[in-house]
Amino acid sequence: MAGPQGTQPRTSTPLAIEAVGIVKSFPGVIANDHVDFDLRVGEIHALLGENGAGKSTLMNVLAGLYRPDEGEIRVGGEPVQLRSPRDAIAAGIGMVHQHFALVPSQTVAENVLLGLDRPRFRLDLKRTEAEIMSLATDIGLRVEPSARIWQLSIGEQQRVEIVKMLFHGARILILDEPTAVLAPQETAELFENLRALTDAARSIIFISHKLGEVLSIADRITVMRAGKVTAAGLEPEGVTRADLARRMVGRPVLESLERTKVEPGAVVLSVEDVTALNDRGLPALRGVSLQVHAGEIVGIAAVAGNGQSELAQVITGLRACTGRVVVDGRDIAAGPVRAAIESGVGHVPEDRAGVGSAPNLSLIDNLIMRRFRQQPITRGPFLDASAARSKAQTLQGAYEISAPTLDTPVRILSGGNLQRLILAREIDAAPRLLVAVQPTRGLDVGAIEGIHQLLLDLREQGAAILLISEELEELLALADRILVMYEGQVTTAVERPSAADIDAIGLHMMGGEGADSAIDRASTVG
Amino acid sequence: MIDLTLILAAGVASGTVLLFAAIGEIFAERAGVLNLGVEGMMLFGAVAGFSVAAATGNPWLGLVVAMLAGGLLSLLHAVMAIHLRAEQVISGLALTFLGTGLARVLGDGLSSVGAVATLPRLTVPLLAEVPLIGPVLFREQSVLTYVGFLLVPLAVYWIDRTRPGLHLRAVGERPAAADAQGIDVVRLRYLYVLVGGLLAGLAGATITLAISPGWFGDQTTNGRGWIAIGLVIFAQWSPLRAALGAYLFGAIFRFIIDIQGVPAVLGFPNPFQAGRSATFFLEMLPYAFVIVVVVIGSREALRRRVGAPAALGIPYVRGERGG
Ligand SMILES: Nc1ncnc2c1ncn2[C@@H]1O[C@H](COP(=O)(O)OP(=O)(O)OP(=O)(O)O)[C@@H](O)[C@H]1O
Ligand SMILES: [Mg+2]
Repeated sequence: MAGPQGTQPRTSTPLAIEAVGIVKSFPGVIANDHVDFDLRVGEIHALLGENGAGKSTLMNVLAGLYRPDEGEIRVGGEPVQLRSPRDAIAAGIGMVHQHFALVPSQTVAENVLLGLDRPRFRLDLKRTEAEIMSLATDIGLRVEPSARIWQLSIGEQQRVEIVKMLFHGARILILDEPTAVLAPQETAELFENLRALTDAARSIIFISHKLGEVLSIADRITVMRAGKVTAAGLEPEGVTRADLARRMVGRPVLESLERTKVEPGAVVLSVEDVTALNDRGLPALRGVSLQVHAGEIVGIAAVAGNGQSELAQVITGLRACTGRVVVDGRDIAAGPVRAAIESGVGHVPEDRAGVGSAPNLSLIDNLIMRRFRQQPITRGPFLDASAARSKAQTLQGAYEISAPTLDTPVRILSGGNLQRLILAREIDAAPRLLVAVQPTRGLDVGAIEGIHQLLLDLREQGAAILLISEELEELLALADRILVMYEGQVTTAVERPSAADIDAIGLHMMGGEGADSAIDRASTVG
Repeated sequence: MIDLTLILAAGVASGTVLLFAAIGEIFAERAGVLNLGVEGMMLFGAVAGFSVAAATGNPWLGLVVAMLAGGLLSLLHAVMAIHLRAEQVISGLALTFLGTGLARVLGDGLSSVGAVATLPRLTVPLLAEVPLIGPVLFREQSVLTYVGFLLVPLAVYWIDRTRPGLHLRAVGERPAAADAQGIDVVRLRYLYVLVGGLLAGLAGATITLAISPGWFGDQTTNGRGWIAIGLVIFAQWSPLRAALGAYLFGAIFRFIIDIQGVPAVLGFPNPFQAGRSATFFLEMLPYAFVIVVVVIGSREALRRRVGAPAALGIPYVRGERGG
């Protein structure tokens, strides 16, 4: 394990904020164990670490949401007590949370006002909207102050969060995994905005699992593991991705996995001219057709909201549609979810906590959810508790799910472990077809490696896999074929994609004109 | 024949009961706490107010005590739902049983008290002369009816146009977001559950000290607490729509009572005349109507994704995963 190796802060750049010896424990875990962290004025300091390393906890301490058990926080050299988020806001600290802290039913202006002590009583939204508009244009962020949050895309919501912090007078900005949910172009835009902010003497703490990003944007990098700092204030010039990955996970990580050659077999999934509506009753899929063969991974690349979520729901029987969804020759488009399950369709849904698992139920219950109708777990009208337990035990061992006990409610699990649990359940059911949506979103490099390996193994065993991801690198690493979706249609197909196709695919994801010529092997799908 | 103006005027008066209870429940639910104990809080408030007024001869004192009684019960629910994170439906039902039981015990012997001093009735000078509206809304109404008139715009203004209202809505929709902005979720939830209790107590006192003075056991509220809860859904958590619904139901209740006194309609014998068995059917109708309204209203709310506060019924714990 690498020991802390801090570079001394240059005396010329003053510190914006400093955390000294922070200790924060939760029942059963020490999330922060004597953590030191400092941020210089005008820098972007990246914080890296595997899932559960304690990054969000440290940031929540800085944002006044958690009281540390021990340790001191200094802002501009002065010790401060942050008893509540309001104290932090008053000290000029603002945080964009990993899960956004916006009220969906309220407008941008109302959300901005939430953290403020003014107005005293009566809301003057018109005036607030004008003020937000002028602040936003000053720093070059596009927001629509009277729009309701639920109407905005994820990228727009993030801009709202940033504008909100700045409106509150924040000079120290904490961004907890801001790029986990952004499309590549949105990320590039965010980075430009962040650079503009540091030029205006704002200081930024930036958390991400994406090593490439961190190396490109950070002025310094700090790595945490298991509640401790393992490398402090590294300069990006001196380190490589492999270095960072090793410091995060504590072992070398293979970022590109071996892909054996698998001859695609018969067609397993055939989607024929499918249309469907989204939750708001608007067309989400407009005549989608595609096929996935046995032993093949087909990737869907699309910016959030272009119909890919609905496509996954249609195939797994969770959304009504017109057209045909044929799995192994059986049309399951009209049937209940059970028809999809019985046809061997496995599902790793986008919403892990809501659709993929029952957060308050135990590991056992969650692991047998797909098998509870089968022998030996079911016996007549009864469940066999000991059979269920031994099944869960086997899966926990085989898929390395770390949890206190098998009876622990799964909401306690870290993101990576919860995802392994879902994959364990779905893969163990030996699916003919696996629909995986954003399977590695928010996971650390070690966890991603493990999940990619699981998917590749499944492909080798001859399953068909439909992989929906906004992560182009992931699609390139895994997919035999990439389909780009835009506004509810498959617009482009790329066979045997390679890194050279990234820009063109990105353009297509944004619906870009003239992107076709950029893809050599591309064929437009009718 | 039946005088429509009188029915409507009486409907507004008895609608005021539903109005207070429904707006109180709207406040609690907009903060994210479902309180199904309205019926119990109302009945407890009604008996407390009535007995104090009977003992002291001061209906105003009775009114205050009624509100405090409703508020006291609501705090019990608040502790269960907010602090102990109990299942709110169960806790609310328990509160109804508790309130009803307490009211039965305290009300023992009160039905023979007969008349007590009630709250004054007022006629608003000029407004009472306006045709149609005047006689219905502003003639010989109890002071509480006028309080109801004022409460509606006040509630709308509070919720939609003020900073405390903004915080209220945030706490009921996305408590984690409110918390991250330094809003004290627990304190606000307590506060608005208490407001709901005070208003339910007021609704109870409105019956016993103003609209139909006296104590009639469980029949005093006669399920109107449940109707108020139905109204909240029907109104999609808007005080204005709740007011319209409350007055509508008030008029229906009134009409059902009045029609029982009419021997014949257009020459046919009135099947609903008091004493005939069809009366029960008639009296059931408002409750059946509430069920229909609740079913349609909640389907509508689901379909259009409007209405119900997103965090309704869900206890808040800072930083809990998987929510
Ligand atoms: N509110 C809480 N209650 C109990 N345990 C918690 C709580 N919040 C965090 N933890 C635990 O503290 C540890 C650190 O969690 P934290 O969320 O800070 O990790 P992280 O580095 O942000 O991970 P990720 O990359 O997955 O976001 C984990 O073991 C987690 O389970
Ligand atoms: Mg985190």
